[in-house]
Amino acid sequence: MLHWLTLMADSLPSLLWAALVFTVPLTLASFALGLIVGLVAAVVRLFGPAPLAAVVRFYVWIIRGTPLLVQLFLIFYGLPSAGIVLDAFPAALIGFTLNVGAYTSEIIRAVIGSVPKGQWEAAYSIGMSWSQAMRRTILPQAARVAVPPLSNSFISLVKDTSLAAAITVPELFQAAQRIVATSYEPLILYVEAALIYLVLSSVLSAMQVRLEKRLNQYGGFLEAKS
Amino acid sequence: MIRLSNIEKRFGDLTVLKGVSVTVAEGRVTALIGPSGGGKSTLLRCINLLEIPTSGTVRIGEEELSFQPGGKPGWKDIQRLRGQTGMVFQNFQLFPHRTAVENVMEGLVTVQKWPAEKARDRAMALLRKVGMDHKADAWPATLSGGQQQRVAIARALAPSPRVLLCDEPTSALDPELSGEVVEVLGTLAAEGTTMVMATHDLRLASRIAHEVVFLDGGQIVESGPSQTLFTHPTRERTQRFIATLTQQGQRGEGA
Repeated sequence: MLHWLTLMADSLPSLLWAALVFTVPLTLASFALGLIVGLVAAVVRLFGPAPLAAVVRFYVWIIRGTPLLVQLFLIFYGLPSAGIVLDAFPAALIGFTLNVGAYTSEIIRAVIGSVPKGQWEAAYSIGMSWSQAMRRTILPQAARVAVPPLSNSFISLVKDTSLAAAITVPELFQAAQRIVATSYEPLILYVEAALIYLVLSSVLSAMQVRLEKRLNQYGGFLEAKS
Repeated sequence: MIRLSNIEKRFGDLTVLKGVSVTVAEGRVTALIGPSGGGKSTLLRCINLLEIPTSGTVRIGEEELSFQPGGKPGWKDIQRLRGQTGMVFQNFQLFPHRTAVENVMEGLVTVQKWPAEKARDRAMALLRKVGMDHKADAWPATLSGGQQQRVAIARALAPSPRVLLCDEPTSALDPELSGEVVEVLGTLAAEGTTMVMATHDLRLASRIAHEVVFLDGGQIVESGPSQTLFTHPTRERTQRFIATLTQQGQRGEGA
């Protein structure tokens, strides 16, 4: 028992370090970039010309229809055969960004569509252009509805970054694997890694609750009340 | 002056407006009445181009725009015409994520690039006019329907439009709440605000409108001064429609 605690205490700094330097930045960067990709993809599908919308549909189809692990392997191990050689971290960043982009584009498409058409008309009626209406009227309302499903994607992503271990990114899970290789204590180390992931996603859940509270202050859509 | 000439609107195979021409003089209030599906809302929405007419000409003041089947008007032209109008919707359509005063400021700040302070002053003055200045910082969801509609009227008036378009402004309200909206619109009419309203509300139309246009089947059946048209409609179709409106009104009062 004491032996286990010592092992945990000894390994904790290197696990936390790996989380801090790789897991967290990889999660934050690929979610931020993925959201931008998702927003653009959603807008193209909703409002863009048909051929461009078809390209986006194809992208979403490919990403959602193939395993994330396979996508990562293709980018890191496959692309060099086509002359594109990427370091492990950028390869993981690209893979996760594309993945997040595809899934969030579907969420964003749905929430933009959920804002009543009358809100567009009200914005137009006071002279707003399409982009003004989108920025000032539609997106702020869509954002509120989007928080729970987007938080889902975010929390999934934190855990999915463990797949980056398979393409040699020395993130949290890989750090645990390395220690297991020398200590032969898989139970302790993997429980410890799991606990750190649990803490990370709990922090995100708590942030989600606070964000929802803040966005809920105005009391929601008006349709219900009239 | 607003002049709609030969406005035709088709949705696919369905022709909703069959060459409608209406002229509204400056400072006058015109009510579009008629059965649902008769084309009054569509005609109203053709004035600020929320619906693009299939053909015809829309003129507001000095701005004029003609439409041809298949031709799409440019964004600049739409904005030029739309900028002359303000609109009040049946379901208010306030921006739920902005307070009452922010709703009224929105067009001034975002579209006309007014400094926030100046926009707030004008918005407060308009809220005072519709009797809503005491709720300036309230979220729309906390206001009654009548209050929301009064804020929406202030929002529509903020950019000083040449004409105020009202699409069934009282239909979503019970008689008591619609009373406060009728009152506000009546005050505006008395001040010489040019208005075009599509409505089922006999009280609203008879109290405020100078002219009435009766639309059915996408055409004007009859039009004229509201006193004459409500009391002595000449066409049989108009008589029938006004009779049903009056009955509904009485039933509404009794309930």
